[in-house]
This record gives sequence, structure tokens and C-alpha cells, in this order.
Amino acid sequence: MSYTGKLLDVQHVSVLFSIGGIIGGSQLVAVNDISFSLDNAHPEIFTIAGESGSGKTTLSRLLLRDLDPTTGKVFFEGIDLAKVKKGKDFKDFMRQVQPVFQNPFETFNPLRRVEDYLFDTAINFGIAANHKAAEPIVDDALRLVGLSLDEVRTRYPHELSGGQIQRVSVARALIPQPRLILADEPVSMVDASLRMEIVNLFKKLRDEQKVSVLYITHDLATAYYISDRISIMLRGFVVEAGPVDEVLGRPLHPYTQLLKESVPSPMPVHRESWAAHIDLGTTEVKEYGNIGCKFAGRCPKVMDICRKADPPDVEAQGRTVKCYLYS
Amino acid sequence: MALLIVKDLQAYYRTEIYGISRTVRAVDGVSLELQPNEIYGVAGESSCGKTTLIKVISGSIKNPLKVIGGSVNYQFGPYNVDILNVKQDEMRRNVRWKEISYVMQGSMSVLNPVRQIVKTFEDIVDTHQGIPDHKVFLQQTREHLDRLGLPPDVLNAYPHQLSGGMRQRVAIALATIFNPKLIIADEPTTALDVVVQRGVLQMLKEIQDVSGNTVLLVTHDMAVHANVADRVMIMYAGRIVEEAKTEIIFTAPLHPYTQHLIRSLPAIGDRTGKASLKGTPPNLANPPSGCRFHPRCPLAKDICHTDEPAMIQYGGGHRAACHMIKEETR
Repeated sequence: MSYTGKLLDVQHVSVLFSIGGIIGGSQLVAVNDISFSLDNAHPEIFTIAGESGSGKTTLSRLLLRDLDPTTGKVFFEGIDLAKVKKGKDFKDFMRQVQPVFQNPFETFNPLRRVEDYLFDTAINFGIAANHKAAEPIVDDALRLVGLSLDEVRTRYPHELSGGQIQRVSVARALIPQPRLILADEPVSMVDASLRMEIVNLFKKLRDEQKVSVLYITHDLATAYYISDRISIMLRGFVVEAGPVDEVLGRPLHPYTQLLKESVPSPMPVHRESWAAHIDLGTTEVKEYGNIGCKFAGRCPKVMDICRKADPPDVEAQGRTVKCYLYS
Repeated sequence: MALLIVKDLQAYYRTEIYGISRTVRAVDGVSLELQPNEIYGVAGESSCGKTTLIKVISGSIKNPLKVIGGSVNYQFGPYNVDILNVKQDEMRRNVRWKEISYVMQGSMSVLNPVRQIVKTFEDIVDTHQGIPDHKVFLQQTREHLDRLGLPPDVLNAYPHQLSGGMRQRVAIALATIFNPKLIIADEPTTALDVVVQRGVLQMLKEIQDVSGNTVLLVTHDMAVHANVADRVMIMYAGRIVEEAKTEIIFTAPLHPYTQHLIRSLPAIGDRTGKASLKGTPPNLANPPSGCRFHPRCPLAKDICHTDEPAMIQYGGGHRAACHMIKEETR
């Protein structure tokens, strides 16, 4: 019998990194009190968006069990991940949560045939007993991403295009029949013309394979295109979270508004407003060190209180927003 | 008077290993003109020859890259430079960085990680102009940064102490220190976040506005071209498929490849299905016959398999190379 509540439940998770020595060092809160959950019964694409240095990758490492949260808990199908350390439990967890990484040419060893990775995955996770038994499984996974074993067999990574090889990484992730795919910037290294191929694939996986996808990206246009819900991260905090139509359609947080405005429109109609001057943040570490709202230094609507204490999470217009403007 | 005239340029990579020779036709018959005071966008997927084109027009032609045919001529005021035949010494003294400069993709690998930014400025100024008085150099460098809106303390920083956006802006400051006539920007914002990308492109545009130089902006991101470029050229498999004013490229594209590029762009507020192009980018060592786009083209007919389409002018500086346009418009 399967657990029927939450597929993934992240509860008040924080990650602290120490910078410098024990004496005189400082602490950087890379992930700051983040909570969200994915439903078990309804697969969805959940996007975590933010700039580099916003804590997205730390969060994904945490969910892949590469990193332990400093505080807070993560539950996967009701099991506390802090207790899943090694052995069979860990393997079982890995089978159900599969990653797809940013640069497919770095993911695959250039001297190894790509099919080897697919067969290894099938055999190591016990999906198939031997190479021969794995063949139909590998072929099925490749067909789901629009390739086939015959096309990929004996090929090395450089013999495939960027879009193809990224589809192979998705196929590899599908072999253990995971419940959740964690895709960390899966299209940022892929050409614009091939990007939609990967993005459409995630949509198809959600609808046909019932796999949930945690899509980590800084590309808001593709995020809007595929996701159901979105969380906008800034310097470790989630500043706005909710259904993508609400958050990106009518953003409330000034930072989300800036992000949305900065996405270049694919038609030359907003050239004037896009060219309106903006202030860029200082270095990441400096903004992390800000007391109160991390965006206060750049916010056009900043108030005195913003620099004093962390803003509260406010429920407003169908989403959660971390801003004093709405409290 | 055009700043740069490229005529029927053919630049191939020729390698010979163990008696097996291989030719990659990265740029094959490209003609274009850059006018003073414009932002000229070049778009196309990876391995379509964008970077090779830049290498040739910036005069960095090194083995195995060879120019097989065509010409590249600059006109900097009264000073004419034939880049394919110019002496390297003259190139360094008068052309490189003084008239043509280059903003590269990864600013982290452009700036030396163990040297302060000011030292990199020093290297460049010393190589191309000489520094007779260090105080004057520092003064001028500070003024230059100030004009670009960068804080003067970046000069004393090391690259890793700066954010990605700041590093890229420093790279632009380096490229514009002699106020060159042509700034070549090769994917200047590809690795950057949207907000930072906007800031960096704004700076590039402001510089162009004030000094009236020409920017050759190469990026595969069509949305950037829509917001920055004055004219856009689309490359596919080493050839130009279409060129027009930005407005026209986006509202009335003629070539099926351009049409696909524009249709497939995702936008916030639009959730209609976006298809991606079938097939894979062609191998330039063995490009398809006829029109190089035909294996992936939804409109391809028999003629596309056999005959190379000619470049045809459609008025207002709009040109495209496709057999199928003729039938539709005439």
C-alpha cells in the first residue's frame, strides 16, 4: 500500500554555511526556512526560480541527500530523509528521486558510450538482472524521450546534439521509474531552438508517466510555459510562491515584478520599457548579509521597516508573498 | 559609407591527421555590410558558424582555420584595412582594441583570476598604446569606469570578488577603453540571470548610444535581439538565411527557419504549445545538398534537395535565401 499524503514535504528547512575560520568567520544562510510540498496523487511540475546565488542549487543538493539541512525536516512519501542514510533505504530513495543536471556534456564521460550509463542504471537499481534483460527497458525509456536504442547504441556524447544528449539524461533518469525528477537548470546549456524539446518532454512525463518534476531554473519564460506552481527564491528566502498564473501573471513582490519585467520579450514591442535603467545588486555575499528583507537595497518601494526585520509570509491574492507591503 | 564589408567569405577548418583530411565548412559564402552607429545582431544555433565568422572579421585566423575565398574590408574614417592581408604588427598597433574590440562569453575566463582588475587594464593599454605616465593612466581608467557607471574600487578587486554581472561589465569596460569603432560581443550575457543580463545589455546600449560605434551582437537568444538589435541576421549551417531590420524579422519573417525560431520562443502569459525543430543541426564537414535546411524544413520540396537557394532582396534591406518564398510571394 502506498502512502497517500505528500510525495515530498519540505518543512522549515535551513542550510547554513560557515565562511572563513572559526574565529572571525561569518555564517551564510543559503537556504532560509523554506517549506513546500508536492502532492502524491496529482503529479505536477513545481518550479523553483531565482538568480544565481539564490540558493536553488543548495536546495536541490539537499533534496538529493547530498547535503543535510542544518535545521528542518524533509519527508519523502512520509519517511524522514534524515533517517535514510545508506544501504537499501537509501538506494530505494535514489531510485524514486532521479536527477537531471545542467550540462549534459559534463554529465557524461566523453570516453564512455552513453548507452553504458543507461544499462548501468538499469542493472544497479535492480530493474534488470543482466544486460540482455535491460535492453527492452532501456529502449522503452529512450522511446519515451523520442529516441531509440538503435539511434543511441555505440554513440559517444560528442556524437549527439545538445538536445539529444539532454534527452538521453532524462531517459536515464526514467529507467528506475522514479516518482520525482529533479531537474537543475536542464535547458540553460541547450540551444534556444532545442530548448522547447526538453521542456515539452517534462510536460509529457507529467501527463503520461505521472512523474512529478521539480524544475529548478532562472528562465521564467519556460517556467511559465510548463509549471503548475512556482517559488521565487532570493538570497535563501522564498519571496513569492503560488500557482504560476498568479505569481508570474500578476506578481506582487517587487523582486518578482523586477524579474518578470527583465525577461526580454520575444517581440520588439517593449524595447523602451526594457531599456529603463535598473540597479544591479552588489556581490551576492553582501546581499546575503543584509538584515531584514534581502531585496531592500534594490527595492523601489523600500520602507524603514524592511531593513530591520525579516518580512512575514503573507497570504495574498492566492499566493504567499514575503513582503511588508501586503501585511 | 559602410564600416565593414564582407564579400562572399568562405572560411574552412582543414585538418589532416594520419593522411586523413577533413574540411569543416564553417562559414560558406557569407556577405554582409555593417554600417556605423548600429547594433547588428547575429543569431543561430551552436555550430552554425557564428564564432568562426567573428574570428575572421576580427582578424584572428589561426590554423586550422583557413580563409578560402572572399574579402573582409574595414573603413575606419580615411583608414582602410584589408583584414585578410594586414600585417600582424600593424593589426596590433592600430586596429586591435583601438578600432575593433571583443567582449567574450565567459568573463571569468577572460579576467586573470590572480591579478587585480587594474593590472588587466594596464596590460591592455600598455600593449596597444603604451603607458608613459602611470598616474595619467590611472586617472583615465577611473574616468572611463565612471562614465560607464562602475565604482572605481573594482580596479583593486580580484575577479572572484565581483559578481558575474559586474565581471561582464568590467569586460565591456576593457573592450571600450579606446572607444573602438566596432565592438564584437560574442554571447555577452548567455550565462547571466535575467536581471543581470538586462543591466549588462543596457550598459552596452548606452555606450553605443553615446559614442556612436557599431556593435556586432552575437547570441542565440532571439529575445535579446528583439530588445537590443537594430538589424538581425540569421545564420544556419555556415550561411546567411535571412537578414532584415529587427521589426521585420520578428513581424514578417520569410525563411522557415527564422519563422520557427520566432514561433518557438516561450513568453510569460502564453501557454500555447511550442514545437521544437525536428532533426539535428547539420554536420558542417558534410553539409546537406541543396538548401542546407531542407532535412529539417517543414516546407521542403524536391528543388530544395538539389538546388542551393539564391539570396534574394525583398526591399528595405530585407533579404532571404529560400526557394519556397518565391512561390508564396510572387
